[in-house]
Amino acid sequence: MTTAPLLEATGVAKNYGAVAALKNASLTLLPGEVHALMGANGAGKSTLVKILTGAIRNDGGRITVRGRPYVARTPADARRSGLVSVYQEPSLIPDLDVISNLRLTQTPVEPFREWVRELGVPDLDLRDLARDVPLAIQRVLDLARALAIAPDVMLLDEMTAALPANLAERVIDVVKRQSQTGRSVIFISHRFVEIAALCDRATVLRDGETVGVVDIAPGVEERIVELMLGAKIEKARRTRRDAGETAARAQGDTRIAVRNLRVGTKLQDVSFDLRNGEVAGVVALEGQGQDELFAALAGSTRPAAGTIEVDGRAARFAHPVDAVREGIAYVPGDRSEALAMKQSVRENIALPFSAAFASWGPINRRREGAKVQAAIERLQIDTRAQREVQRLSGGNQQKVTIARWIAADARTILCFDPTRGIDVRTKREIYKLLRELADQGKSILFYTSELEEIQLVCDRAIVIFGGKVVDILPVEIADEPALTRAAYGLPRETGAEPGIPTGGAQQGEAAP
Amino acid sequence: MSISASAPASVPAGRRIRRFMSDYPLVPLVVLLLLLVLVLHILQPGIVNQRWIANTVKFAIPLALLAGCQTMTMLTGGIDLSVGTVATMAAFIVATQGVDNPPAVAMALALIPALLIGFANGIGVGVFRVHPLIMTLGTSLIGVGCLQVYQRTVIASGAKVPEFLTWLGTGLTWGFPNALLLFIPVAALLIFIQRRTGFGRLLYAVGDNERATRLAGVKYWQVILALYIFSSVLAGIMGLLYIGLIKAPSLSLAEPLVLPSVAAAVIGGTSIFGGRGGYTGTILGALILAVLTTLLTILQMPEGARRILFGAIVLLVTAAYLRIIEDR
Amino acid sequence: MSRFLRRHGWVVGLSALFVVLFVATRIIQPGYGAGDFGSLVRAVLPYAFAVAAQTVVVIAGGIDLSVAAMMAFTSVTAASMMAGASEEYAIFVVPLVLALGFVLGAVNGILIVVTRVPDIVVTLATLFILQGAALLVLDAPGGGVAEWLKGLIIGTVPIPGLPDAVTAWFPKALLLLVVLLCAVWIPLKRSRLGLSIYAIGSSELAAFRSGVPVARTKILAYAIAGLFAAMGGLSLTMSTGIGAPIPGPYLLASVAAVVLGGVALGGGRGGLLGPIIAVFVLRLVRTDLTLLAIDPNVTAIVEGSIMVAVVMFGAYVTIRSRAS
Repeated sequence: MTTAPLLEATGVAKNYGAVAALKNASLTLLPGEVHALMGANGAGKSTLVKILTGAIRNDGGRITVRGRPYVARTPADARRSGLVSVYQEPSLIPDLDVISNLRLTQTPVEPFREWVRELGVPDLDLRDLARDVPLAIQRVLDLARALAIAPDVMLLDEMTAALPANLAERVIDVVKRQSQTGRSVIFISHRFVEIAALCDRATVLRDGETVGVVDIAPGVEERIVELMLGAKIEKARRTRRDAGETAARAQGDTRIAVRNLRVGTKLQDVSFDLRNGEVAGVVALEGQGQDELFAALAGSTRPAAGTIEVDGRAARFAHPVDAVREGIAYVPGDRSEALAMKQSVRENIALPFSAAFASWGPINRRREGAKVQAAIERLQIDTRAQREVQRLSGGNQQKVTIARWIAADARTILCFDPTRGIDVRTKREIYKLLRELADQGKSILFYTSELEEIQLVCDRAIVIFGGKVVDILPVEIADEPALTRAAYGLPRETGAEPGIPTGGAQQGEAAP
Repeated sequence: MSISASAPASVPAGRRIRRFMSDYPLVPLVVLLLLLVLVLHILQPGIVNQRWIANTVKFAIPLALLAGCQTMTMLTGGIDLSVGTVATMAAFIVATQGVDNPPAVAMALALIPALLIGFANGIGVGVFRVHPLIMTLGTSLIGVGCLQVYQRTVIASGAKVPEFLTWLGTGLTWGFPNALLLFIPVAALLIFIQRRTGFGRLLYAVGDNERATRLAGVKYWQVILALYIFSSVLAGIMGLLYIGLIKAPSLSLAEPLVLPSVAAAVIGGTSIFGGRGGYTGTILGALILAVLTTLLTILQMPEGARRILFGAIVLLVTAAYLRIIEDR
Repeated sequence: MSRFLRRHGWVVGLSALFVVLFVATRIIQPGYGAGDFGSLVRAVLPYAFAVAAQTVVVIAGGIDLSVAAMMAFTSVTAASMMAGASEEYAIFVVPLVLALGFVLGAVNGILIVVTRVPDIVVTLATLFILQGAALLVLDAPGGGVAEWLKGLIIGTVPIPGLPDAVTAWFPKALLLLVVLLCAVWIPLKRSRLGLSIYAIGSSELAAFRSGVPVARTKILAYAIAGLFAAMGGLSLTMSTGIGAPIPGPYLLASVAAVVLGGVALGGGRGGLLGPIIAVFVLRLVRTDLTLLAIDPNVTAIVEGSIMVAVVMFGAYVTIRSRAS
């Protein structure tokens, strides 16, 4: 390379307890380039960004800026070294007006104003409170604030997500021109279209390691997808299941019908059916609205529009108890959300039994014990440390969250990434259990960030991108490469029709 | 973390002690209690005799009852600072109504304000989500105002503590305080509720992880409303017992016991953050405080120093609790 | 204009409420005059400082339960130091007591930051400790105060060129209150520290990302609250001439006035003016009830109920705004 790199990170590692979030990440940023940072969910992108911006400290590796060692203890530190980040969620203080936000970060006002105009927001009043500024504009202001101090390196995390098309164009335009002045940009995005339009090179992370650096050129999407998946492509082809078997299975009645559901700002318009006796997989990159979808089905968030029908009747959930009464149980991805950590296994499993006012009286120890025991045995929970759930391993904790609803005999289980961060054996047990439950006629909605699980567990895969269902893949073609392409909004490989599929809910069923 | 209990040998010693402390929180409390008694015995030989023990227990019981209110509310991460006012109101009303009414009627009347204040607390905390500390402080202020108004209406009629209550509060039978006749069933009930009823289980679960209970279908406000009514009624009953012990009604009768009641529950191992603890520990905590009070009296410590000590205990125990037991 | 109303509408409405109450007072008691207003302001003084203390902490996203105890402690410290001492000695006592308040407030903040125990528990414990400390300094109401300090809040401000009938409505106590609050609040509001206090209350994460030193800001917010509480303690001593070791009803009153004054209990929103006007409103309600010849104890009940209702309303608004 002819030019000296502006920023160079080698062998960066970060551990959270025993879990390695980053193992060996490296990144070389040349002056004046726009560099894409890519990777599947959990590959370590956000960890690397946090390290570069001083939100967390790395455990290993070396980072230099202009050849000098670089350590950032706080975001303010990083800013002084010329590194500024624009985060996914706006970081303006909501209760301060814009001008105070500028003063707080010691941002010069005039350049900021110019950048705001440049970015296509002509009529901004600096005395407006940040909370009164629309979310999309807040992101633009964040960007303008970063641009105004003319940093050497800008980190843009999903900058264009949630921006209307015209603003997104201006942003891309401005970022591109910015790079022509010799400053560099690290650009994180799930949208290949933008990356192709904007970036010079891309670094691909997989499982906490840098697995490749590619130059952006036409057709590079395939190469990037390959790098993100690694050896998994071959493996995936081998684990394809017999199509006939699954086709026979998904024939139950419709249990939950979701129509044009809109929740919060992320979930735009989603329709699908969940049938009795099936495991329906949900596949989405981070932040495409899947959290909102599950929250709405579980009754913890009220949808802004659309309907949910349960067994053919319209359902309105004001409180999770309404969903529970319909036999819909929610197993959240974060176990600390579902478990009373300081209580015993038994108390956690039996928690729904005592929920209703009528069951506040003395507990029938024998009857409860029998139910709990049956659930424990069915899930093979290791009960040696049962006095407090927080002492169990992650896998056993997850089993407890599921066991609770098996003991309560829920008819539908909404599993949100239940296998995240747990050991392989437990994962297999959970797959087996979910399949068994479906075979008994229960219905399961299963979101997973580990795409290989779709073919191991599900009957079909509902793919959500940008808050909409973009494809529904039958399990026989839902291997990792296909799912990854779909999740990034790319068309099906064999479908041959160009452009992004427009997301008719049922259209996927007909393919190959 | 792997399956942690499977390999006890690999767990470091510090962690093992923490485990032990959180599994058997009563052992260090009993040791502390015996230690304090020993110190007392050394400072003033001969003070520890059957009469002293009966007397200490007699004064520890009202404290333990109020601390029962704190234990129950603290299990959910709350606190009830209105118990002092509620107890005082009950005591004052029973003493003044006892003049014209039969004791049973007076006692029933005395518990009405307890119910009302408990209801208001429950609505404020459970429905409006006011912080329990602020809410109970507020209702306690209103309660004091009501009591002052009430006092003016009955000022002429004098006071008469029902004999049954004096017998219960001060009497001894075979060397045992009669108050135990009330206390043992109440304590048993509290422990039974905490360990063996659906309601008790919800108290722990709500305090441990409110979100999780919500997902399991629990309605928070129902639990909280029932809890604060229960706590208030218990405080009212304590007021009845206390007037039997003190015999002289006043407008700030039980107020000085509020702070020690919080301290007793905290010392007894009930977490102020909710989800952990139990009434057995609180009883020991109340006994420890009763002995400590004797000790401070012997050392001629002023009231101010005692408050400082109680405040420091609450802070230190809570901070230590965060460090030691919740350390992961 | 519309933005001014939107942002300050609450304060404007509250001021209107105050005026309405004031007119009502004149109707109930046509003789209500400048002298009565002066005593109202004197009665408001300790409340106003307690509210100022609470406001700073609440804006920073916390709560300080030790306000009233801190006032009692600083009050008895000042009273016992000045008892029997010379007039000049008080010149040293005042800054010392203010510094004491600042340091004790900072200790609150440090305990919260270092122990990671929630603010409500830490300040509850310091409430007990300060109560005890106050009792150690003076076990019964007593002590004394320098005459010139007393004089600071008695009488009216003579403004040259204005007739006495007008200056009679400018009690010295009001001047003292305004000067002291402005001396702390205006520089604070204009400094980066002031912005940081709003920032950590509004969103701790966004504040951290904006480069705000969160821990230091929190400690300073509690320290400033301590300073205001010390002013409150001094004003107690000045108006009563003694120090009382038992804390007055300032804690709940301060929380209620903060909420009524338009400061969100979650933090980040509101200013000092609203809560101060709210204190005047709450005191004036009390005056009116007294003038209506309602039993003072009933007044206490009404007052308590208003405060609880206000706090419940504030909590309700907080849940609603979080839900949307």
